[in-house]
Amino acid sequence: MTAKRIFGILAHRLAILGYLVFALFPLYWLVKVSVTPNKLLYSEGVRLWPSRMSLEHFAFVLKHSDFPIFFKNSLIVSGSTAIIVTVFASTAGYALSRFNFRGKYWIVALMLLTQMFPLVMLVAPIFKILSPLGLTNSLTGLVIVYTAFNVPFATFLMQSFFDGIPKDLEEAAMIDGATQFVAFRQIILPLTLPGIAATLGFVFTAAWSELLFSLMLISGNQAATFPVGLLSFVSKFSVDFGQMMAAGVMALVPACLFFLLIQRYLVQGLTAGAVKG
Amino acid sequence: MASIDISNIQKSYGIMPVLQGIDLEIQDGEFVVLVGPSGCGKSTLLRMIAGLEHVTDGEIRIDGRRVNELAPKDRDIAMVFQSYALYPHMSVAKNMSYSLRLRKVASDKIATIIAGAATKLGLGPLMERRPKALSGGQRQRVAMGRAIVREPKAFLFDEPLSNLDARLREQMRAEIKKLHKDLGATSIYVTHDQIEAMTLADRIVAMHGGSIQQVGRPLDLYDRPANLFVAGFIGSPGMNFFEGRVSVVGERSSLTLADGIVLPLPAATALQSGERATLGIRPEHVVLEPAAAGDIRARIDLIEPTGFGMILHLTLGTVSFKAFTLNRAYLQAGGDIGVRFPAEHSHLFDKDGQALNRP
Repeated sequence: MTAKRIFGILAHRLAILGYLVFALFPLYWLVKVSVTPNKLLYSEGVRLWPSRMSLEHFAFVLKHSDFPIFFKNSLIVSGSTAIIVTVFASTAGYALSRFNFRGKYWIVALMLLTQMFPLVMLVAPIFKILSPLGLTNSLTGLVIVYTAFNVPFATFLMQSFFDGIPKDLEEAAMIDGATQFVAFRQIILPLTLPGIAATLGFVFTAAWSELLFSLMLISGNQAATFPVGLLSFVSKFSVDFGQMMAAGVMALVPACLFFLLIQRYLVQGLTAGAVKG
Repeated sequence: MASIDISNIQKSYGIMPVLQGIDLEIQDGEFVVLVGPSGCGKSTLLRMIAGLEHVTDGEIRIDGRRVNELAPKDRDIAMVFQSYALYPHMSVAKNMSYSLRLRKVASDKIATIIAGAATKLGLGPLMERRPKALSGGQRQRVAMGRAIVREPKAFLFDEPLSNLDARLREQMRAEIKKLHKDLGATSIYVTHDQIEAMTLADRIVAMHGGSIQQVGRPLDLYDRPANLFVAGFIGSPGMNFFEGRVSVVGERSSLTLADGIVLPLPAATALQSGERATLGIRPEHVVLEPAAAGDIRARIDLIEPTGFGMILHLTLGTVSFKAFTLNRAYLQAGGDIGVRFPAEHSHLFDKDGQALNRP
């Protein structure tokens, strides 16, 4: 191995390391602050790890704040949004991938159009629409809004996964005796699991961390989601960093669990071996 | 098993016509090969019989019953795809039994049928594997197994051997032929490979530009091609063509090529002097003689030894053509050689490319 080659490998690894440190440092800081006792938070100066660890912030957040409610609300909103969007997106994506129908071009164009507006512009009209329907200050309202915003992109995502599955497979199934729907359910859908997992994950995290609409549409703690709830740790005169970070760490758990569950599908190339030799 | 009748089938995509008035009757148990270059509409025709393409006009009958409006699943046909189209998330056994499970066949009966097919195709030890763990030839066998377990009315093959290497293709070709002999099932086989067509078919349907050029037994197409297209498409290396003007003097007629070379024509021809015509001769029918004795002299440009014989690339005036010979002696690139086109093997085509009947 030449020196030039070794240098190349070294530079490559260092670049990756540098990127990882850069990307993960905020996460590390979140954990670090969440386990730092209040007393040491300001007294120790800037240290990479506190001299004494404590879980007091976690205990406080769980027992004395509304965090469990926020957490539950977020779980309901994100989970429902993810499932509903994925159902819509997979059926719509399949239709766009496999069928030719009148107006297809315009539907795609309109779906793209919805992605062009900054969401801030839409807050006021959406509030005006939802308010008379009694959907402000309600989790259902949030689910509807999130679903509406996520379906177009998720549909394109799913369409690209369906495009990647050879049409021969469902034709073979149809000749074997399946209807188009049965072929979709028994042959195509199982092969799209990686795509479905990716879509679920994408929509779940998008809804989980959405702040703008939940802030505008929800008032009071009963229907607040977790990002809004985090703001309750900011009071007029101080910010409870320890508790805020502890809540943040706990809020990461479902997202991590979720990705742990679906990562198998994300990396697995299920279609390998489907066609050709 | 069933007969398949195709009458006046038309297919167009928008204003683009793909098939124009196809008529074809396929007998019960017959092995018919649709052959032609890419884009000739052969796959489209097959997919229309399968129900995967909408029929623009005309009628398809399977076993006497009109199927134009039937879904693929209700036509009771099986199809082997070029890509095999095995279900990647199912084992070999599940792949083969899928159609039976959809038809709610009892599971013990399925087991018997699958075991029988597995033995027939030599798939026994592979039944629990997924498609991705199989070689190309094995996948091909599974695809055929999936087709035969159902005992359908007809088998459709869409270029099933195109993805295999040459040796395996030869082997599978023989297996398909044997399978057809065993099952006696009506089969329609699409290929662009004329060797496959020649070896497999009871009858060949040669297609070009969305219409049928000739239907007949393999050797009929080889010996008596109906037009220039079939003559050039069937046979490898392909037939040589010499284009020129006919001149008739008394009983003798000849063809004068663009550069003045005169080739004798079979004695009795219906052509008049001055008409344009094309003389066709297969490379294996060109008679080669030592340069001095030949009535026509050609230059040897290139020699391709195939082991079995040799393919000679020759030039006559400005026209290039090929000859095939089993004789390895006295041939050298760059040299001259005498060539003769025996009348009994010459094909004559009129100015529209239609074959003129030989006496």
